[in-house]
Amino acid sequence: MIILKNINKSYRTALVETLALNNINLEVTKGEFISIMGPSGCGKSTLLNIIGLLDSPSTGEITVCNEPIRNLPDKMLAQFRNKKLGFIFQSYHLINDLPVLDNVELPLLYRRLSARERTRLATEALQKVGLRNRIKHYPMQLSGGQKQRVAIARAIVGNPEIILADEPTGNLDSAMGNEILEILIQLNKSERTTIVMVTHDEHMARKTTRLVRLFDGSQVN
Amino acid sequence: MLTNYLKITWAVLKRRKLFTFISLFGISLTLTVLIVVVAFLDHLFAPNYPELQRKQLLYIERVELKDTTQLGSNTSSVGYYFIKEYISKLKTPEKIAFCTSPRTINGYSPTGNKIRLLQKYTDANFWEVTDFNFLEGRPYTQNDIDRQASVVVINEQIRDDYFGKGQQVTGKTFEIDNIKYQVIGVVKGSPITRFYTSSDIYIPYNLTKDDLKSTELNGPYIVILRGTDPQNLLEIRAEFAALVPKIPLPPGGTWFKPGILYAHAESYLEGISRQLFTDGTESGLKYFYIVIFSFMALFMTLPAINLVNINMNRIMERASEIGIRKAFGASSTTLTWQFIIENVILSLMGTLIAVVLSVGVIYYINHCGLIPNADLLVNWTVLGWAVVLSIVFGLFSGVYPAWRMSKLQVVQALNGGE
Repeated sequence: MIILKNINKSYRTALVETLALNNINLEVTKGEFISIMGPSGCGKSTLLNIIGLLDSPSTGEITVCNEPIRNLPDKMLAQFRNKKLGFIFQSYHLINDLPVLDNVELPLLYRRLSARERTRLATEALQKVGLRNRIKHYPMQLSGGQKQRVAIARAIVGNPEIILADEPTGNLDSAMGNEILEILIQLNKSERTTIVMVTHDEHMARKTTRLVRLFDGSQVN
Repeated sequence: MLTNYLKITWAVLKRRKLFTFISLFGISLTLTVLIVVVAFLDHLFAPNYPELQRKQLLYIERVELKDTTQLGSNTSSVGYYFIKEYISKLKTPEKIAFCTSPRTINGYSPTGNKIRLLQKYTDANFWEVTDFNFLEGRPYTQNDIDRQASVVVINEQIRDDYFGKGQQVTGKTFEIDNIKYQVIGVVKGSPITRFYTSSDIYIPYNLTKDDLKSTELNGPYIVILRGTDPQNLLEIRAEFAALVPKIPLPPGGTWFKPGILYAHAESYLEGISRQLFTDGTESGLKYFYIVIFSFMALFMTLPAINLVNINMNRIMERASEIGIRKAFGASSTTLTWQFIIENVILSLMGTLIAVVLSVGVIYYINHCGLIPNADLLVNWTVLGWAVVLSIVFGLFSGVYPAWRMSKLQVVQALNGGE
């Protein structure tokens, strides 16, 4: 499902070069739920961004859903992300100016779907995360846990093969965090959706099928 | 998709009310001026009262005799001899009419008040190629001209000033330059900006003091040729263009010896453009369009630059949204279009305000007396242009910020553009 080979990522400024990822090799099979752990600044989010095609590696090869990703033009990358990937962010990244339903519909806007079909799919996704009754609310009117559930609904609405979650419970208390993790576990089990989750929380990470540890940009076995 | 854009545009507008006010103020003020300019151009050049047939008409209003050896030239309107001997014999026009430009004279009302008047000499066909609204009486006919009848048609303003407001004046006597005329009709006035029809008094051409026996090609007349359809108008142009080189030139004298004659049967706008922008030998139409569109572009540039700055700020506030949209499948092109459409929506909202303001400004222009009988109007043509200008303005001010922002890297955008 996801194959990373010899991935390096460095950031250059005029004075220094910082190595964010150092020779990462990783294979994730379909239906796996892996967590990536490590201290702050070790490159977890950078790795997730590279897997999610939001950022490109300095060197190395990536294959996602059996498609080698190399120098794809912006339009094709966008289409690929739209169809194959779903994202969940620590700070939710909902559009506060739009109601819940429109936030969830967002990935479907970039597909050829009628408004009616978009609404149906978004409502179904919200049903799955237990927020069917909040479709007209605005993000500001929701609790942190509810916001993250909206973000999950948005991530799954397009039925992606992979969900990438960047510290999805990082802004939530433990009860709410567990609730969100349960939703992800259920999703992984029932839909066989591959999930890659970055987390700080050892307890959360242990509930996933595999744990990958990073330290100073390198993989630690 | 569009509903989503509309929702987000509305939300963004509500979010920063001061920015929204500045944006809408700039857009509506700019577009108000442009709409008034378009309404004025429409007033000048579109078929309007009493020149409703203008699309069917061609005008010959300039005769230029050029001395090809000494570079001198003699330019004026058309002489009666030219009309009688040549133009009246054209076969393709459906109707041929002629009139002078309005001339200022002084008249005195029966109570002794001095009145400044514009008078125009016309033939009988003039009333057929125009669409004057007769408030009373009738136009003079060829029969009136043939029997040398001293009759005039006056406009309602002169009727009110000379005889008293709202009087029935048909059959009454009207005196100018110690000559008595009988009023046979009263028309609703034509604005002074419609030079070929505007006047206070219309007099049969045969009553002029000018020498109608002169054999000069130059003279005081404007000739109006009416065609049946666009094809016929082309035929009229061609027939007249073929006629001009065959007209014998006057012998001239030592200091001026005509070598070539220029005269054109052309549309109203072509005629005006030729007079304004060229020496008469070439059409000025392209210069007219260049001047108009340059003015509009220049006038839009400053507010557009201002709006570009505001848009850059506004879009930067939405960096996170750009990141989200990109992460979930929006390409840079899609985002560029989103922001352009949002900007065009903003411009269209500004246009709505501008149209309301323009109606007020135009009402003032029509009623302040600056242009007598002015009838500027925000009609469908003007509204159409307002929408076009609004979209141009929206694109003008929206493309660069939209393009800049759509190029943000996703990770950078998700971090708020930093």
